[in-house]
Amino acid sequence: MSPHKPTLAVYKFSSCDGCQLSILNMEDELLDLAGALDIAYFLEATRAERPGPYDIAIVEGSITTPHEVERIKEIRRQAKVLIALGTCATSGGIQALRNFTDAKALANTVYDHPEYLHYLDTATAIAEHVAVDLELWGCPVNKGQVLEVISALLNNRRPNLPAYSVCLECKRRGTICVLVDKGIPCIGPATQAGCGAICPTSGRGCYGCFGPTRSTNLDSLTNILTKLERTPGETVRLYRGISGYAPAFREIADELLKEAK
Amino acid sequence: MQSDRSPEIGSTVAIQKNVFNSLLSKLKEQGYEIVGPHVENETLVYAPIAKLEDLPRGFVTEQEAGSFRLVYTGHTRYFDIIPGAQSWKQYLFPSRAELFTLRKADGTWNMETPRPTAPAYAFIGVRGCELAAIQIQDNAFLRGDFTDPIYRAAREKAFILAVNCLHPASTCFCASMGTGPRVEGDADLTLTELEDVFLLNVGSELGRNILSGLPFESASAFVLNAANRGLERAAQQMGRSMDTSDLPDLILNNLDHVHWREIGERCLSCANCTQVCPTCFCWDATDTLSLDGNQTRRERVWDSCFNPGYSYQAGGNTRPTIHSRYRQWMSHKLGTWKVQYGTFGCTGCGRCITWCPAAIDITVEIANLRKEIR
Amino acid sequence: MATHVHSHSPASPTERLLEPVWAEVTAITPEAEGISTYWLKFSDPAVAAAYTFQPGQFNMIYLPGYGEAAISICSDPESTSVIGHSIRFVGNVTRAISRLKVGDVVGVRGPFGSAWPMKEMEGHDVIIACGGIGLPPLRPAIYHIMNHREKFGKVFLLYGARTPKDMLYPTEFEEWERAGIQVQVTVDRADEDWQGQVGVVPMLFYRFRMDAPNSVVLTCGPEIMIRFVVYEGLARRVPADQIYVSLERNMKCGQGSCGHCQLGPYFICKDGPVFRFDTLQPYFNVEEF
Repeated sequence: MSPHKPTLAVYKFSSCDGCQLSILNMEDELLDLAGALDIAYFLEATRAERPGPYDIAIVEGSITTPHEVERIKEIRRQAKVLIALGTCATSGGIQALRNFTDAKALANTVYDHPEYLHYLDTATAIAEHVAVDLELWGCPVNKGQVLEVISALLNNRRPNLPAYSVCLECKRRGTICVLVDKGIPCIGPATQAGCGAICPTSGRGCYGCFGPTRSTNLDSLTNILTKLERTPGETVRLYRGISGYAPAFREIADELLKEAK
Repeated sequence: MQSDRSPEIGSTVAIQKNVFNSLLSKLKEQGYEIVGPHVENETLVYAPIAKLEDLPRGFVTEQEAGSFRLVYTGHTRYFDIIPGAQSWKQYLFPSRAELFTLRKADGTWNMETPRPTAPAYAFIGVRGCELAAIQIQDNAFLRGDFTDPIYRAAREKAFILAVNCLHPASTCFCASMGTGPRVEGDADLTLTELEDVFLLNVGSELGRNILSGLPFESASAFVLNAANRGLERAAQQMGRSMDTSDLPDLILNNLDHVHWREIGERCLSCANCTQVCPTCFCWDATDTLSLDGNQTRRERVWDSCFNPGYSYQAGGNTRPTIHSRYRQWMSHKLGTWKVQYGTFGCTGCGRCITWCPAAIDITVEIANLRKEIR
Repeated sequence: MATHVHSHSPASPTERLLEPVWAEVTAITPEAEGISTYWLKFSDPAVAAAYTFQPGQFNMIYLPGYGEAAISICSDPESTSVIGHSIRFVGNVTRAISRLKVGDVVGVRGPFGSAWPMKEMEGHDVIIACGGIGLPPLRPAIYHIMNHREKFGKVFLLYGARTPKDMLYPTEFEEWERAGIQVQVTVDRADEDWQGQVGVVPMLFYRFRMDAPNSVVLTCGPEIMIRFVVYEGLARRVPADQIYVSLERNMKCGQGSCGHCQLGPYFICKDGPVFRFDTLQPYFNVEEF
């Protein structure tokens, strides 16, 4: 292996492995990736484990245990560039639902011996614990975006990641707006593009797994969505989905709940 | 009296509805890819069609600000449906198109430019507002000093069968924009659907050629009258209207008005209005570079003045607020477009009203701006 | 109905969509911290022979995989064997340009845009007021004036930089002075060696007497500076149609097609970047327009 190739380490924190699988699912591009990078640590892909420091560390998952808090700090020390991969790593993910409730009560309900568990009260994004150089959203991430980010790092350029809404991806692929056409609640207008509008194209509303856009108007969207609710509280549940702990979605859902009280 | 000679250009003939299938077959034989309105996945799209039965016979659309519903009423007309979100723009100005691919070999970049390979499209059922929109995009893409090769490749070959609009939607305001419901622009054939027959006005040699050999009769005064009455009724039934008498000055003299901020509170900046608009032409170019840095593919994609990156340059964003983006859009459509190209950038098709999730209505906003100024 | 466009073969230059021609970097001149001049020579001799530009115009410089940046041409319009571009390294593309070496190849499209009104300026006094990276697009106009000095009246260059170290082309000022251009410079912040003016560019208007009705003002630089230069010009009764400004927006296509650089009815890449001020006046002070 050429000594000049940048080294890559891929780590898993609290997550489902789906984002790592998106890397492995690349098939056609995986060989190029292995050709461009020296994969030093990627348990999902290879048993080889070589010690750091690494040029690029990709981290999947959120921080949910005291041990993970320590581990991510060590990884940060070992990594020149740290990429948070996927919605767990960027917003806390689905397990961040616990942040809205009492984690201890949940543990007592689920486990016979909760005293053996070592957990934090919250599931949080990597960036809440260490400096992150690049965030890639999605549940799971889009493999094209993963390649784009790695290509950008290797070639020393800014990655081309869209800052606009999912609406543009719907229109570009000819998908008819499910919100307007069918009255289906959809938070695509406030969600970052990148997925390719998978859900609306399958006739479902977007539930925001790529996270909120930087430039959005959640107050107005909320007014629209609350009128379309098929069951009470549907809007809150939409915001409090996979990216529910992302600040923009979290705050608007909190506001709605406060108003409901 | 049936005839199988060629009709004169400018004349109007009547054909039995089932003859339309022969017309489509003829287009197909001549190599056209035929596209038209079609119901797919319970909604209305433009898609390839092969026969009259592929058209949305029996369907109507109910359109309101922020709401679209496809409804089956069982009526017997093929061309009665008012368009949905899609427009012919997707064929002439595709949402994504490769510009070129560069490959690096021995330190030099070699360019591969795909020759524009657009098929010859036959557009079936182009409304007056839509034909006007195509002509507006012609002004932007086929200028004297610059012609867009992708657009030109598709546009030059396109066969247009236009349709006079007899039952406009409640979001339509083409009559006040002067683009409909009667087709005013140049089409190869212009169709009016009556209960028993299609009337076809022959607009070009190509249209005449497609009709030649098919059984047609010259349109009687009776059916021509029926068509005219229908079109007059349609103009009166138009759901909305736009007063253009004080445009573009109303907008350009009030760019600092507080009304823009008020719209900005409702606007999602989602860009839907610009993407469904049949005249919006903005685009962006992107590079996709291979991991080894030796190959890049340059593409063009639809862009929008509502996108945060649209007005970004080193040093900041020219339009950081949502209201400034909405103002850019509307002041372009109904204001500066006229300075640039001599027409408004709006044809009154109503798509931006129907497909705005926030139900922002361009006709209402103009009326309100006018009211607030007085 | 099909529409017919005449006389454009697929390769016609007016029909190329972002297709660059190639040019080699023949020299790189560091000008100031974060700014260097890149001298480009077209790889195809036929392209090089045919290439001309007017003062004030710009090229789109393309780095494959990175994208394009609009860069003003800063060299002598009557000497086009190599074309100069002073580039500030601020964005994705320009930072990649900063890593280029002599001998590397870039894509070029252009020249694009409107020019300084060199012909209309003849017989007039000329005031060139610029700040920072606003000088490079004016340098071709300075060279043109020097090449045809007798055609112009008095010529003043009012130039400001943040600090003395940020000043562009200082070694040329003497030559410009010798050619009869009065050079007045100022800095926002002086260092210990600086003996000259400290302050903003518009302030330099107080340093000389002008024949306002007979003067043409050319200005380029930060938007706030342009505003005050225009104000000083108008206040001294320079007619609005004798003030020319060069504006910057995110030019992408250079052909008035992609829409990005619009300011009101204008595509800055095609109708500008140089505008006669009276044509801009209605839009110039509208916030976020």
